[in-house]
Amino acid sequence: MSTPSSTSILPAPGSRFPNIAFKWAAGLAAAMIIVLIILVGWELYAGSRLSLSKFGAGFLWSSEWDPVAEKYGALPFIFGTLVSSLLALLIAVPLGVATALFLTELAPMRMRQPITMAIEMLAAVPSVIFGLWGIFVLIPWLRDHLFVWLKHTLGFLPLFQGPIYGVSMLAAGVIIAIMILPIVTSISREILRSVPNLQREAAYALGATRWEVLRIAVLSYARRGLFGAAILGLGRALGETMAVTMVIGNRPQISASLFAPGYTLASVIANEFTEATTDLYLSSLFELGLVLLAVTILVNIAAQIMLKGITGSVSSKVA
Amino acid sequence: MSTLPETARIPAGAAPVRVAAAPATASTADVPVEAEEVAFDIRNFSMWYGQRQALQEITIKISARKVTAIIGPSGCGKSTFLRSLNRMHDLTPGTRLEGTLRHFGNDLYGPGIDATAVRRRVGMVFQKSNPFPTMSIADNVLVGLRLNGMRDRSVLQERLEQSLRMAALWDEVKDLLNRPGTSLSGGQQQRLCIARSLAVQPDTLLMDEPCSALDPIATAKIEDLIQTLREKYTVVIVTHNMQQAARCSDRTAFFYMGRLIEFDNTRKIFTNPSNPQTEAYVSGRFG
Ligand SMILES: Nc1ncnc2c1ncn2[C@@H]1O[C@H](COP(=O)(O)OP(=O)(O)O)[C@@H](O)[C@H]1O
Ligand SMILES: [Mg+2]
Repeated sequence: MSTPSSTSILPAPGSRFPNIAFKWAAGLAAAMIIVLIILVGWELYAGSRLSLSKFGAGFLWSSEWDPVAEKYGALPFIFGTLVSSLLALLIAVPLGVATALFLTELAPMRMRQPITMAIEMLAAVPSVIFGLWGIFVLIPWLRDHLFVWLKHTLGFLPLFQGPIYGVSMLAAGVIIAIMILPIVTSISREILRSVPNLQREAAYALGATRWEVLRIAVLSYARRGLFGAAILGLGRALGETMAVTMVIGNRPQISASLFAPGYTLASVIANEFTEATTDLYLSSLFELGLVLLAVTILVNIAAQIMLKGITGSVSSKVA
Repeated sequence: MSTLPETARIPAGAAPVRVAAAPATASTADVPVEAEEVAFDIRNFSMWYGQRQALQEITIKISARKVTAIIGPSGCGKSTFLRSLNRMHDLTPGTRLEGTLRHFGNDLYGPGIDATAVRRRVGMVFQKSNPFPTMSIADNVLVGLRLNGMRDRSVLQERLEQSLRMAALWDEVKDLLNRPGTSLSGGQQQRLCIARSLAVQPDTLLMDEPCSALDPIATAKIEDLIQTLREKYTVVIVTHNMQQAARCSDRTAFFYMGRLIEFDNTRKIFTNPSNPQTEAYVSGRFG
């Protein structure tokens, strides 16, 4: 038996320069991304100086947003951003992973390509189109059917109480879920495809059924990567603006009910920038931008830490 | 007496399928011995990957509680043959087979036979060790049992130790049971995979070149292990290493280009084969 890799690990003569050049180019690109983030952060910080000095840290947990009274607080927007994104993840991750499982493990070969293409086309639809569809199709349906049903069956939970308007936190969650579904699905699909066949065969050889193979060999092997897919989806969800603005109701409030309207950081910046007439108003919007950037970065750092936890711990129920 | 199976000379497709009583193919000289229990009774077994025929009219009786080695040049159908013994081909689209394959009297491909039940009785160890990377050593061993619904802690604990002892791994890992299975060395991982197969209490163990990725010391350990397994299990081992076949098997089957050329006691195959092709292969003149 020959080992095919034994020749390729030796550097070919003359290959050192391109190697070094590539290393530097990649390093430079990475550095530029970091510089760019710092620059953006600095710009936002500079713009929000006025509001920072006026409200201090209280800006973060004040829930009042009243431009007329010159009172600005970020809490309803942070709440709206996190809740709508989490709702989207709750919907999109199971759906995306299930679709990816179907595409890689279950669907007949000739069905895989068309379904994949359809999902990828979903990613090409402009945000504003989703918003229009949300207003004219999704929201009426949610209002007249799903929400009514939820209120009827799960109405004992505070989540599903209160008046139904249509525009709501839940509608935003649904629309964001649809928008991040393609990326969650296609990354999950790549992750699942990278699970070695030998893992599946190991499970089959123990007498596992198809579903058991998915559980013990495929999903558990892929869980780290699937978590990564969810985080990429979350990254998209946090910054999603246009479609969300069109369906969330744009009311800066914190409500336990998912039927109630809300507002997100991205939406309020987009909506109110043009009408921000006073310096403090404008500066507060800048600070919201800074908060959005921070939330995104923090969520990603938290995800990295959780990812370490996933691989580091091996559970055992015996011994 | 001729050791070339009669059926092997018949062109593919010419012979009737599922002959009720095989003609006196007695595929081989004097094996299996009358008194031996037959684990696999295989007759006129052919198998195709799409249009490509990989096995041609194999007729062979593999004895229970013996080690049977499958040898032959690469691409001759050893793995294909082995994988048909526990219906692993069910997972490969486009495969097709003809003939009968009985395992302790049951038609493995008969109607109403559940492939998952077959695989629980006929375990498999692969060329490359493949423990589940997210599971601890203990969980790797017990995963098959848990799939079968076993929840009793004392049974699990007992089976864990028993399987690891049988796989000659217990002493090395008894204090590391909660460590990931993949933290072990290559040879240990392969023995872990053997323990995992044994834990579901199969009666037969198939091994496809189980030592080809291992160093000589790890290989020797697995070969010793095979010797102890033959007391309780039927072992069928594919190997491209003829010394290994000579060292650790009772019977040897020589395959060439999808056909079974000769099947006999290992000693006879390696000292005095009846077929010139076998002779050429075991003496290293081709393959
Ligand atoms: N999944 C497959 N699809 C198509 N042909 C295959 C497949 N697996 C094996 N073959 C072919 O079947 C023949 C026998 O292969 P295999 O049983 O793996 O040989 P061996 O294990 O003796 O090296 C080879 O010619 C190989 O190319
Ligand atoms: Mg092989």
